[in-house]
Amino acid sequence: MSFIPGQPVTAVVQRIEIHKLRDGDNLILGFSIGGGIDQDPSQNPFSEDKTDKGIYVTRVSKGGPAEVAGLRMGDKIMQVNGWDMTMVTHDQARKKLTKKGEDVVRLLVTRKSLENAVRQSMMH
Amino acid sequence: MTLSCEGNPALYLLFVCFYSIQTHESKRSFLRMDGVNKFRVRWEGGAGTWGRSGRVGRPFGACISSGLNGDGNIAIKQQEEDCTHLKTVRPLLSRKTQLGGTTERSRGGAGVHKPRPPAPDMDNESQYSGYSYKSSHSRSSRKHRDRRDRHRSKSRDSSSRGDKSVTIQAPGEPLLDAESTRGDDRDDNWGETTTVVTGTSEHSVSNEDLTRASKELEDSSPLECRRFAGPVLSGILGLFALLTPLAFLLLPQLLWRDSLEPCGTPCEGLYVSLAFKLLVLLISSWALFLRPPRATLPRFFVFRCLLMALVFLFVASYWLFYGVRVLEPRERDYRGIVGYAVSLVDALLFIQYLALVLLEVRHLRPAFCLKVVRTTDGASRFYNVGHLSIQRAAVWVLDHYYTDFPVYNPALLNLPKSILSKKMSGFKVYSLGEENSTNNSTGQSRAMIAAAARRRDNSHNEYYYEEAEMDRRVRKRKARLVVAVEEAFTHIKRLQDDEAATSPKHPREVMDPREAAQAIFAPMARAMQKYLRTTRQQPYHSMESIIAHLQFCITHNMTPKAFLERYLTPGPTMQYQRENGRGRQWTLVSEEPVTSALRQGLVFSLRRLDFSLVVTVTPLPFLNLGEEFIDPKSHKFVMRLQSETSV
Repeated sequence: MSFIPGQPVTAVVQRIEIHKLRDGDNLILGFSIGGGIDQDPSQNPFSEDKTDKGIYVTRVSKGGPAEVAGLRMGDKIMQVNGWDMTMVTHDQARKKLTKKGEDVVRLLVTRKSLENAVRQSMMH
Repeated sequence: MTLSCEGNPALYLLFVCFYSIQTHESKRSFLRMDGVNKFRVRWEGGAGTWGRSGRVGRPFGACISSGLNGDGNIAIKQQEEDCTHLKTVRPLLSRKTQLGGTTERSRGGAGVHKPRPPAPDMDNESQYSGYSYKSSHSRSSRKHRDRRDRHRSKSRDSSSRGDKSVTIQAPGEPLLDAESTRGDDRDDNWGETTTVVTGTSEHSVSNEDLTRASKELEDSSPLECRRFAGPVLSGILGLFALLTPLAFLLLPQLLWRDSLEPCGTPCEGLYVSLAFKLLVLLISSWALFLRPPRATLPRFFVFRCLLMALVFLFVASYWLFYGVRVLEPRERDYRGIVGYAVSLVDALLFIQYLALVLLEVRHLRPAFCLKVVRTTDGASRFYNVGHLSIQRAAVWVLDHYYTDFPVYNPALLNLPKSILSKKMSGFKVYSLGEENSTNNSTGQSRAMIAAAARRRDNSHNEYYYEEAEMDRRVRKRKARLVVAVEEAFTHIKRLQDDEAATSPKHPREVMDPREAAQAIFAPMARAMQKYLRTTRQQPYHSMESIIAHLQFCITHNMTPKAFLERYLTPGPTMQYQRENGRGRQWTLVSEEPVTSALRQGLVFSLRRLDFSLVVTVTPLPFLNLGEEFIDPKSHKFVMRLQSETSV
C-alpha cells in the first residue's frame, strides 16, 4: 500500500459487493468512512503512511450489509462502482456511496492483511 | 480713588442704549415672537378669506363684549357684524378637535375640496375689501402691495392657501382652522347677519389688512437698516477701542510736550511692539468680525452683547483712569504712559481671544443631535451641533435646510381626487349633523368617525393602484424625455478651432451657445413639458429657465444626462432661489426663551407661511471606548479534524 507520488498506485484489492438496506426512506450501507483530500491525514489511525489521504473505513456496524458483505474496519476504499476514491474529498466520497438510485455498490478495497496473504501464497 | 463712583455714568449709558434697542425689538415682537412670556397666541399668514379672526384679544376684544351683550342697536350693528364671526367661533371651541386635525391636513384638505357654493363670491369680496374702501393704508403702500402681489403670482397658490389658515399655538387649545372653515356652512343658516359676510366694515381694519400690513412691514426698507444696526454699533466700538492707545500716546505729546521726560530706547521698543500688536488686532478683527451678518435674530445674541459690553467697560475704565491720573496732573513719565497704552492693547487682544472662543470655537464640538422634520411632507434630517442658544441653532438649521431638503412642492401633497372624494363623502355626512346639541355631539361624532373609518376600508386599495399607475406614467414620460434629449444633443457639436478653416463647400452656420440652445430646444420641448407636468414641477421651471440651463450645459460640454439631472430629481431649495436681497422670513416658535441654551428634550419650530420645520434636540450619547489588544502572532489555523460520516 505504499504509493510514490506521480506513480500509479498498485495494490492488492478485494471486490466487495454491498446490497443497501432500505430503512424507511434511506438506503443504508452500515459503515462509516473517514479521510479525504480535504482532511488531515495524520489523524488517521488505520493508515500506514500518514500522508495517505484516501478514504478509510472507520467503523462497521454489527450485522449490517457491509459486515455481511465482508467489509472490515481499517479498509481503504479504492473504487466505488468504478469511481475512484483515492483522490476525492470526504463529501464527494460520501455522495458516491449514497446515490439514491443505486441499490448495490461494488467496492474495491485493500488492506494490509491482503498483501501479506498474497505474499505468503506466492512464497509457497 | 474716584473711579468707583464715576464708573456709574458708563453703566448708565450702557443700560440706556440696551433699553432703547429692547423697546424697538418689542414693538415687532408681537408680530413675531413671544419668547419670554409663556402664552403663545399668535397668528400669521392672515385669517380665512371670510375675514375670520383667530386672534383672541385685541383689536376685537372690545367687540366681543358688546356683541355678546345682545344689544341690537344700529349704532353698534357694524361692530356686531364683526363679532358674529367670533360668536360662531365660540360654540365651535367647545367641540374640540374630534377631527384631531393638524394644520397641514386641514390646510391640505381646505386646498383641495371647496365644495361650498358661496365660496367664490366670499373669496373675492373679502379679499378686495381692503382695496375698495377707505383702508388705513396710504396710496404708496397700496401701489407697493400691488407690485408685490404681481411678483408673487407664482407662489399665489401656496400663499393663498396659507392665508386661509390660522394657527393658535397654545397647548390644549383647539386649532381654529377646521372649525372656521366649517363655520361658513353654518353661517348661511345662521340668520343673524343679513349683510354679506366679509368680516370688515368700512372703518375697521380686518385681519386681511393686518396681514398685509405685517407683510409690508417685513418687506419695507426700515427693517433692512435694522439688519445693520448691530454690526455698525460694534464697528464703531471697535474703531474707538483701536484708536484709544494712539490717543493715549498722542495727547501728552500735543498738550505738554515740553515738560515730558525724554525717553529713549525703551520707549522706541515699546512703540514697535505697540505697532505690531495693533496690526495683529486690526487684521484679526477684519478676519473674524467684519462680515455681513447673515441673519437677524429675534433676541439679543447674548455672547456678542457680552463682549461688546466688556470692550466698552474696558475702554471706558482705561479712559477714566487716564483722564484722572494722567491728563489732570499732567504726568511727566512718558514711559509709563506708553506702557499703559501697551497694556490696553494686550487687554484688547485677550478680549479678542475670548470672542474667538465664545463665538466661533465653542459651538464646533458636537454635543447635540437635532432632528429636523418638515411638517408638510415629513422630509427629515439629522444634524450634529455643538453648544448653541436656540436662536443660533435655528440659524444653523436654516443654513442647512436650504441645501439639504428637497424643495417644498405643495402640489405633491394631496391624495388624488378620486380617493379623497370618497373619504370626504363619509365626512360630509358627519358634518351635516346638528350644532345645537353640544353635549352628546362628541359621542355621536365619534360613532360617525368610526363608521366612516370602517367604510373607508377599501380606499387603500385604490390608493395603491393609483400610486402604481402614477409611477408607471412618470417612468414612461421620463423615458420619452431622456430619449428626446439624447437625440436633440446629437444635432449639434462643438466647433473645434482648427475646423473653422476647412470645408468651404458646405458652410455650416456657426452659432453661439444661446442660438444653439434654442435650436435644439424645439424637439425636446414637448417631452419636457409633459414630464414636468406629470411630476408637478412646472411652476419651478419656465421655458426661459430651461433654455438658459440648456445653454449653460452646452457651454460646459455636459452630456444629456447632466442636463437632465436638474429636472429628474427635485433639488434642494437653494436651487430655486431667486436673487432676493430682502432675505427669507422665518418665525421661530418656542416655549423657552430663545436665548437659552440647547438641552435635551427641547422642541422648537421654524415657521414659514405654509409649512414649518419642527426641531427636536437630543444629546449625543456618551461614548465609552474600550481597548483590546490582539497579538499579530496569535492568528493560527489548523485543518479540521477527521470527520466521520456514516453511510
